[in-house]
Amino acid sequence: MKTQEPIIALSTADGAAAIHVIRLSGSGCIEIVDKYCSKSLSKFDSHSAVYCHLGESQDQIIDECVVTIFRSPKSYTKEDVVEISCHGSPYITQSILSLFLRSGVRMAEAGEFTMRAYLNGQMDLTQAEAVADLIAARSKGQHHMAMSQLRGIFSAKIQDLRAQLIHFASMIELENDFAEEDVEFADRGELKDLVARMINLIKELTDSFRYGNAIKNGVPVAIVGPPNAGKSTLLNALLQDDKAIVSAIAGTTRDYIEDSTQIDGISFRFIDTAGIRQTDDEIESQGIKRSYEQMARARLVLYITEIREDHQDIVREIKELKISEDAEIVVLLNKIDTFHACHAYDVEEAVSTLIGRQPVLSLSAKSELHMDKLKEILVQRIKGSIDNHDIVVSNARHQQELLQAGSSLKAVIEGLNSGIPTDLIAIDLRHATAHLGSIMGEVTTDDLLENIFRNFCIGK
Amino acid sequence: MFPTYDVIVVGAGHAGCEAAAAAANMGCRVMLATMNMQTIAQMSCNPAMGGIAKGQIVREIDAMGGYSGIVTDETMIQFRMLNRSKGPAMWSPRAQSDRNLFARKWRNLLEEHPLIDFWQEMVTGLIVHDDRVSGVRTGLGLEIPSETVVLTNGTFLNGLIHIGEKQFGGGRAGERAARGITEQLMELGFEHGRMKTGTPPRLDGRTIDMEQLEVQPGDDPAAKFSFTDTTPLEDQIPCHVAYTNPKVHDLLKEGFDRSPMFNGRIRGLGPRYCPSIEDKIDRFADRDRHQLFVEPEGRDTCEIYLNGFSSSLPEEVQYEALKSVPGFENVKMFRPGYAIEYDYFPPTQLSSSLETKVVKGLFFAGQINGTTGYEEAACQGLMAGINAARRVKDEESIVLLRSEAYIGVLIDDLINKGTDEPYRMFTSRAEFRILLRQDNADIRLTQLAADIGMQHMDERVVRVRQKQEDIKEIFRILERQSLVPEELNPLLQHLGSTEVKQSLKAHKVLLRPNLHLRELRSISESLNQQLSAFDTETVEEAEIQLKYEGYIRKEQEMVDKMTRLEEVRLSDQLDYHQFGALSAEAREKLTSIRPSTIGQASRISGVSPSDISILLVHLGR
Repeated sequence: MKTQEPIIALSTADGAAAIHVIRLSGSGCIEIVDKYCSKSLSKFDSHSAVYCHLGESQDQIIDECVVTIFRSPKSYTKEDVVEISCHGSPYITQSILSLFLRSGVRMAEAGEFTMRAYLNGQMDLTQAEAVADLIAARSKGQHHMAMSQLRGIFSAKIQDLRAQLIHFASMIELENDFAEEDVEFADRGELKDLVARMINLIKELTDSFRYGNAIKNGVPVAIVGPPNAGKSTLLNALLQDDKAIVSAIAGTTRDYIEDSTQIDGISFRFIDTAGIRQTDDEIESQGIKRSYEQMARARLVLYITEIREDHQDIVREIKELKISEDAEIVVLLNKIDTFHACHAYDVEEAVSTLIGRQPVLSLSAKSELHMDKLKEILVQRIKGSIDNHDIVVSNARHQQELLQAGSSLKAVIEGLNSGIPTDLIAIDLRHATAHLGSIMGEVTTDDLLENIFRNFCIGK
Repeated sequence: MFPTYDVIVVGAGHAGCEAAAAAANMGCRVMLATMNMQTIAQMSCNPAMGGIAKGQIVREIDAMGGYSGIVTDETMIQFRMLNRSKGPAMWSPRAQSDRNLFARKWRNLLEEHPLIDFWQEMVTGLIVHDDRVSGVRTGLGLEIPSETVVLTNGTFLNGLIHIGEKQFGGGRAGERAARGITEQLMELGFEHGRMKTGTPPRLDGRTIDMEQLEVQPGDDPAAKFSFTDTTPLEDQIPCHVAYTNPKVHDLLKEGFDRSPMFNGRIRGLGPRYCPSIEDKIDRFADRDRHQLFVEPEGRDTCEIYLNGFSSSLPEEVQYEALKSVPGFENVKMFRPGYAIEYDYFPPTQLSSSLETKVVKGLFFAGQINGTTGYEEAACQGLMAGINAARRVKDEESIVLLRSEAYIGVLIDDLINKGTDEPYRMFTSRAEFRILLRQDNADIRLTQLAADIGMQHMDERVVRVRQKQEDIKEIFRILERQSLVPEELNPLLQHLGSTEVKQSLKAHKVLLRPNLHLRELRSISESLNQQLSAFDTETVEEAEIQLKYEGYIRKEQEMVDKMTRLEEVRLSDQLDYHQFGALSAEAREKLTSIRPSTIGQASRISGVSPSDISILLVHLGR
């Protein structure tokens, strides 16, 4: 693959639309388009949008278009780029594409435009990855995250960490190589402080992956509760859809059902689970087992149960679940439409106090009573965690490298504490630096590149 | 008058001597040409071999069949293993040499070799036809024909000595500079540059009051460099340590306006890592004292080398300042320190065999390549000698890998990165230093030396194999030997290590930091008995392999990862200018250096990771 070779692709989604955009990049692509254009493009400056006719000749016009030219290096790929905005008919786009394919332009591979931007030094690896995320962004949260990565805020942080590590390593090396000469040695206390600070920073970043990943793939919320508590009704109310089959027969949901929706710019993934109870039915007990698994994986658990006067009974039921202390759980007392409204608040209070968890909310999924309060609670829970992190890790590859860098640094601290010679500590230090470097693409391996660009769609 | 030699070596310093010996031991007819046969293997600077990273190089030279280790062992007056308190990668052997004996021993070894001839005269030029060298021309106008030439000119090419405001041509104190070669090489298209180095004053040991100084004795017992049966050192001579003070610094500062370093007369770049005393005072103004090592020059001389006091200040400034060093009140100088400027040729003009790219059959080794240090020079001489011989025999050149030897790191750095200041080896230059230890140099390199045609290696190969067998046997002993809590706990308690409740196998205990095999031997007579059948070095080697196994494995994994990039070949014919996406600097560097693998390309300065990505994409990876 020659990077300057002209390539072409439809950059908008396929199908009928008002307009489509076809993009070309590579040396000579402006001249190639010029050949089939009613206006002389070579006379226009970079960043001009030119209204013209495109076609094999003046009597074989395919379409009236607006052609925008970007001259190297002031373009997305740093090469000459042409963007053709044409009418959005699949026939027109096919005709224009084949016109240029016949004149020696090659169909772009998936992600090739961005790969060129990366190879030509327009962006670093994390920024290139952010482009893919940006295109896939469906919610405000996803957009915000991808955008901050594209703007290089994440890279700057990693670069900074890496620079500190390299500085630290050089102090150790100085001490090793000049042991016989009277240089002043690195202060052990300062070294330990520095590494401890870095471990914390990396931990903050890796912790943020929980949120970052949640934002990127939707915050997983498990809906759990005894059979017939109204879990599927709640799911449908949240999704505004009749996704789950609802019936009065307990145990209707035998396996989990999930779907995503957006609330206030955040993507949530709600998972309806099989009701939890003692059962001899093998299929049902399999379903219940999965409910527990979903609960463990969820970022948030909505525990829903029917409201009743005997609040002690509700508390017992929740305690039997044995939910881990650090799991985030919201207790929902359902079916208040069939309950004395004035008692509901008292039961809410009593349950909340006895289980020591906030919040407990009474609602009716069926008649959508207090659903707005539930949505408010959901958004608050997630927003609160996101706001605590100025930089959020959302990419699994970054997370992996950060975790490995972190564990190498822990070995460094352990080494410093147990008095292991510094030349051995330097080995772990070099590993940590290498892991951070590979986030930025500083350590190039072929498979790394391939992995990253494979996830792109054609036209980017 | 002369036959056609296989190899002519020009210069008989550390690089030249090793080159001549290596080529002859590869079966070549060698001519060693030097301006003065009385100064063969002269130690121009300090009377010592080895040191941190350098000691490892000497061990590697020895394992490859070079002579530096043998000569050092037979002529040393003190031996120390530096950095014992650090990890095994840092252990570095260092010896004080008897300067005269060192040179004499080298000359004897060379004279004993039937394939080495000598000629005492200045070589003033090369005979070059069609970009191929075919001999050398001397000052008398003689032509000596040869297949290959190894240039090891040291500081002699247009050498210029500075002492204060005085300057005069010379290659070394009291010796002439060499002229003509630089000019001819420039005409042939070589780039050249200037470098600077310095040396401290030599003093009269009878006039120094050693009682006032710290004593620095040698190790007891002394180890040695060579893996062969060289004579063990019995009777050692100590060094001493002295310190400068603010008064000394003030006296030196008085001469700064007459220093060629500060008034701009010296243009060549000096070694940052081996600064002159005036440089140290200037750059580290807050330090009120600097260390000085008082090194004896030999057994039967009172001459002292004052390590740490390298200077090109006027001689009377040096002298006045020295008298204010405690213990030096009555000091007499034999000769002042001086700085010397000389020509070098940026080593990026060499291929990895140390052969020049411009002239076939011509090899460079030592300071001519911009390095500093005896050991750095000697190992290049060894490799240049080997590769000149390989060229004569029309065999593929020998390149040591960065993961194989410090020698490999040094040459790889030189040819890919070049150097702006005199290049000195550090352990930190070797990314796999835990693998490149002084203790395993023989295991790493001896078999290789035998395979490439180095003669007289058979017995040494057998010895290495025996050592490896012994190591395995020691592993078995340590895995079998149990240590009971009653034996172990007093020791663990003493070391501040957690005590044990049950018996432990010795090899498990050994994994604890700060705990050594010798301590386990002292608490278990059975263990001690079993191990006493093996020699000290082998036991030590086994201990290192066991104790640091985790780290060694980690490094080995890194090597394997890197090897993948080393295996991606780049064609010699590749036109880097066709890749528009490469940076202009990368295109230029890649075109001139012509790396043979992606791995090598990634180490060229000016070639960035994104340039490497571009190359990988082009190669369809």
